[in-house]
Amino acid sequence: MIIKGKVHKFGNDVNTDDIIAAKYLVSTDEKELGRHCMENIAPEFCSKVNKGDIIVAGKNFGCGSSREHAPRALKGCGIAAVIARSFAGIFFRNSINVGLPFLQLDETEKINDGDSLEIDLAGGIIKNLSQNQTYKTTPFPGFLQAIIKRGGLMNYIKNHSRRDCPRRYRTRLEIKGTVPTKRD
Amino acid sequence: MPHTIAEKILMAHTGKKDIQPGEFVEARVDLALGNDITAPFAIEEFRKSGAKKVFDNKKIALVPDHFAPAKDLKSANQCRILADFAREQKIKNYFEIGCMGIEHALLPEMGLVSPGDLVIGADSHTCTYGALGAFATGVGSTDLARAFIDGKCWFRAPATIKFIYKGKPKPWVAGKDLILYTIGQIGVDGALEKVMEFSGPLMGKLSMDDRFTMSNMAIEAGGVTGLIEPDGITLRYIKEVSKFKSLKVPKLKFKNLKSDRDVQYEKIYEWDISKLEPQVACPHLPGNVKAVSGLGKIKLDQVVIGSCTNGRISDLRIAARLLKGKKVKAGLRLIIIPATQKIYLQAVKEGLAEIFVEAGGVFSTPTCGPCLGGHMGILTEGETCLATTNRNFIGRMGSPKSFVYLASPAVAAASAIKGRISHP
Repeated sequence: MIIKGKVHKFGNDVNTDDIIAAKYLVSTDEKELGRHCMENIAPEFCSKVNKGDIIVAGKNFGCGSSREHAPRALKGCGIAAVIARSFAGIFFRNSINVGLPFLQLDETEKINDGDSLEIDLAGGIIKNLSQNQTYKTTPFPGFLQAIIKRGGLMNYIKNHSRRDCPRRYRTRLEIKGTVPTKRD
Repeated sequence: MPHTIAEKILMAHTGKKDIQPGEFVEARVDLALGNDITAPFAIEEFRKSGAKKVFDNKKIALVPDHFAPAKDLKSANQCRILADFAREQKIKNYFEIGCMGIEHALLPEMGLVSPGDLVIGADSHTCTYGALGAFATGVGSTDLARAFIDGKCWFRAPATIKFIYKGKPKPWVAGKDLILYTIGQIGVDGALEKVMEFSGPLMGKLSMDDRFTMSNMAIEAGGVTGLIEPDGITLRYIKEVSKFKSLKVPKLKFKNLKSDRDVQYEKIYEWDISKLEPQVACPHLPGNVKAVSGLGKIKLDQVVIGSCTNGRISDLRIAARLLKGKKVKAGLRLIIIPATQKIYLQAVKEGLAEIFVEAGGVFSTPTCGPCLGGHMGILTEGETCLATTNRNFIGRMGSPKSFVYLASPAVAAASAIKGRISHP
């Protein structure tokens, strides 16, 4: 998958209250959440984002609360990927689980606000079209790639083979397609 | 192979004989928690998956606490979703208004968490139960939905950083000051994706309430959980709460719930805290920590005492000790929120509620309320608040142009009387 978009640059420790303030957590609608994304620290942000744009930030992106509304709000306002030096643990899992593409890159300071990037997600390669540079990101471990490939956590567990699922849970997993027709 | 407490708990829940940091594991959870903000998403995902029944109706806890009692129509709807799901799935541990409390104070108090348990919660402060020697960590709503279905969760086994606290603390220095000092030293990503293990001679003297406060803020340094090796104080607490609920048999033998002596820690910090003053985290990061005397004159519009960090009975007792017979500074709002219904009743019985009201404070029903800018004390532009809560991000309590300082209940009570941040 290739993502092409303009960079919106942020600093270190962008927290989940910055991404989506708690007062908006009364909604589970991505579009609605997206309308208030980054409101506290960059009120103009939402109006400047074009669909497919990319956030580039420093260390510890997404620190703070466990609200899954944060990666969903980013998706809702049109952000196609987040590149940061490091990610906070819960934001990391949430992004994988809801299918927000993100990449770890040490050299984020080389990328400027407004640069045009082209990301090859499968290869983990970022091309900076404005500066004519290429960066290589740290690839994800196999387990996470399996979840990402299946399109998020819920799809991943749906496709889990019968062998991976303990016997006592099988009857409860009344999900279409989960129970194979033949013995494995 | 020597192992840390965290690794031992993960091993016990995966059946593996060895787990090394960085390894991905799928583990069974003993308890999965959701609240009125995070559970609606999880319930939506659960339904979308086509699942009909939760894996175990005794191992799920649902607590409407963030915007409850419902602050507006939309939050009333969120709470309704929880209530309906709890009824439909016959969830045993659903706590409605009248028996509810702030989740991270409530679940230990109800005896729902034991040493050696593996707990996930769709709330970042789930790390609080590390104080009981449980591996407890915050996850997202989709993780919670998955746990609803098959009772499992994926983890990347974290490395452990050990913190050793020594020395006799000065008067008014408590768990909150220790954890603020720690975050100030290592920074808000100082324990990113690591387990924080709090230990040393001082830990053996800290009450459970102080321990909960410390573990609660592990996430503020990026920690997965804030683990404390269970000891006699833990056992006494467990026995006390089990009067209300039958004590579960810990899955790991109690004496095994300690890190092996020759285990490899990622890092070890050792601090003598005998000269430590009460600590304050300044806007806009919990890691922006200074000693209270080095702050200068900071005028306050509001003081909040409560939250999953410092809304327990000992916190209220400390505040009452300082507020007894005194008046809150004119023009300052003092809001005191007991964390659970039981703490509320205890505060009434002990006369603490009377002290607060006579001093000119308000004493509220349990809720997370102002901590996350929900309700019960929102700040407007230019206002400054000192709170015993855990986060002071930009706009956390309301206006992005307001300021939040974090400190202990002692500093909070003293500051409410003086009208500016003060040493107790």
